[in-house]
Amino acid sequence: MPISRRDILKSLTFTAITGSVLRVIPLEAAEYAHRMVRAEKAAAENQAYAPKFFSAHAYKTLQSLCQTIIPSDDDAKGAVEAGAPEFIDLITSENKEYQVSLGGGLMWLDNTCLDRYGSAYLDCTPAQQKEILDLIAYKKNAKQDPSLGQGIEFFAFLRKLTADGFFTSEIGIAYLGYIGNTFVREFPGCPPVPEA
Amino acid sequence: MQVKRTPKTYDVCIIGSGASGGTAAKVLTEGGLSVALLEAGPPVVPETDYKEHVWPYELPHRGAGVGGRARQGLEDEFLAPNGAWEIEGEPYVSAPGSKFRWFRSRIVGGRTNHWGRIALRMAPVDFKVRSHDGMGDDWPLTYDDVAPYYDKVESYIGVFGTKENISSAPDGIFLPPPKPRCTETIIKKACDHLNILCIPSRLAILTQPHNGRAACHYCAQCGRGCITASNFSSSQVMIPPAQKTGRLALITGAMARELVVGKDGKVESVSYIDKATREEKRIHARAFIVAASTCESARLLLNSKSNLFPDGLANSSGVVGRNLMDTVGSNGGGYFPQLEKMPPHNHDGVGGMHMYLPWWKFDRKNDFLRGYHTEFGGGRGMPGVGEFDGLCNKFEGYGSALKQECKKKYGAYIGFSGRGEMIPNENCYCEIDPAAVDQWGIPVLRFHWKWSDNEIKMAKDMQETYREIVEAAGGIYLTSTKPDGSHPYGIADGGVIIHEVGTVRMGEHPATSALNQYCQAHDVKNLFVTDGASFVTNADKNPTLTIMALTWRASDYLLDQAKKGNL
Repeated sequence: MPISRRDILKSLTFTAITGSVLRVIPLEAAEYAHRMVRAEKAAAENQAYAPKFFSAHAYKTLQSLCQTIIPSDDDAKGAVEAGAPEFIDLITSENKEYQVSLGGGLMWLDNTCLDRYGSAYLDCTPAQQKEILDLIAYKKNAKQDPSLGQGIEFFAFLRKLTADGFFTSEIGIAYLGYIGNTFVREFPGCPPVPEA
Repeated sequence: MQVKRTPKTYDVCIIGSGASGGTAAKVLTEGGLSVALLEAGPPVVPETDYKEHVWPYELPHRGAGVGGRARQGLEDEFLAPNGAWEIEGEPYVSAPGSKFRWFRSRIVGGRTNHWGRIALRMAPVDFKVRSHDGMGDDWPLTYDDVAPYYDKVESYIGVFGTKENISSAPDGIFLPPPKPRCTETIIKKACDHLNILCIPSRLAILTQPHNGRAACHYCAQCGRGCITASNFSSSQVMIPPAQKTGRLALITGAMARELVVGKDGKVESVSYIDKATREEKRIHARAFIVAASTCESARLLLNSKSNLFPDGLANSSGVVGRNLMDTVGSNGGGYFPQLEKMPPHNHDGVGGMHMYLPWWKFDRKNDFLRGYHTEFGGGRGMPGVGEFDGLCNKFEGYGSALKQECKKKYGAYIGFSGRGEMIPNENCYCEIDPAAVDQWGIPVLRFHWKWSDNEIKMAKDMQETYREIVEAAGGIYLTSTKPDGSHPYGIADGGVIIHEVGTVRMGEHPATSALNQYCQAHDVKNLFVTDGASFVTNADKNPTLTIMALTWRASDYLLDQAKKGNL
């Protein structure tokens, strides 16, 4: 009979403590069991994403902004490939305050673009898009033009959520160079530290 | 509604299955007694409940939780289950002008499933503070009374550390410590330069196989719960051996409502709500151990009113709910340019600090009484939600420049957390709210809280020290705090450090304390309160190790009484 994940995990947690067969748990058994957990969790995903909160238009705008905030470039793919828009839509669908600040923020952006350029954000030229984003990407701009305040607030929040979505993804974690979440017999300690 | 009775009478009924209740269950069942262990939450199933080794991208919410809860300062999705600042249907109240937060875990093992595993002994002077500086009260026991039980607990659960012979931080029985991380070597060097003590930390994590449990595999995720049981939790280390005796009845989903007293003035049963059926049930026993957590234990006693005990059980002194303490906490952090140059490497280690700063200014006069220790950490950990908030706010902008800046600064920060002793004061207590009940119909707690000047001066010293260390290490201190406002010098709100203790304190005199040195109620001989509620003071040592040592000692005393036929 093939040994199941449950069997292994059971042996890891209980029989070891109560002192039966497995006195010392082999590291390999622990790693094997954890890999199985991971595979099961991964299998539950892998389906095309339908936005839960944002309208089709708003979601397209969100994707465009995520792509601009953390773009795909020569170093690594960007926030869209990393699933940031899905993540943001999901938590927004569950949070009334986010629905107002992000849903409202996207509308503020479209309204402002209509006033300034006569088109919603997605229909603006790349130069117009850059112009408005350069205005709302920095707090200091609100001092000269207080009417940008709401846009600045919105963009600052979206920037954080986009960073969350990107840097918690497989792409983002590899880009940062995090090494860990592994099984090692002994902690290796620190490589030589360069001087300050 | 009919009240259901369980006909069996147990030797002992324990209420709560955390650090204290689990320890009592192990010691008493192994000593031959039959025990009913009540837990308000569900059983814990490590293989499905613990999110160890899961990557954030394997969860749809990436660790942020439903609605981004983790971003609102609520619990991290990865945290071991059933711990929460707010539990639906089970509210608590802060009195006007008071801010107190209460973290509760409704699950077998309680808060030990996720705790920090920091296992520090109280020092001899910590038990005799009033004799030392005139504030607070002395404990009715000494370090020498507790030391053999610290030995027993450490030997059984496994704690790493090193012998240092520092009077404010007594040595224990230690497994070898893990090697320092980069962040720790940098801070150690700066502390040496400043004559601040920095030593290997003392955590209940196994660096070697121990008592049939596997050694740590260094994934840094203790807070998620450990599937290999390589760190201490009551659910995995205390309760299984108790179950093995065949003398433990673990009853989950059981919310204790009232301790019922017989005509002889002894507790004869506990009345509880079976959460699954919403029915009221009872457990009869010869002795009762209340270990529901500091404030929950006080709540149960205060809600157990009778003709014999009109002010609540074991409360003829009026101290139950009083003497509420938490730990003084203030955080600071810095950016270290030399860490930017570190090549990518495995920085995980155990789930907590490999080194820490014990209280080092015990040999001089300070601006405040008592002391604090410092926990610190940072570096190249697994990226998580909110990790780049600070950087996004500071750098602003967007595009590849922002992306590169995050990569450059990733892992280049170290944070410090001061953990100091609070002196109990009359403004900090809990009581039964006159109006509100929880969904089980049980009256809830109302908290009163106010820090005194001593704690605020301590927080100031923490901020100054962390700036000094960061700058000595070649870093830039990033934290700024104000001397006034709602959080002077960054002092955390009451309860936030989750070290609440003292609400059913022990003492020599029944007029000013509720328990004797064995955690036995002065007023009710078959009633013990063994959790943090029994504490007289709250030294800068995280309370869990002392809770277990005091519980083990009380359980030995109870076993001895049982042998003498006094149950």
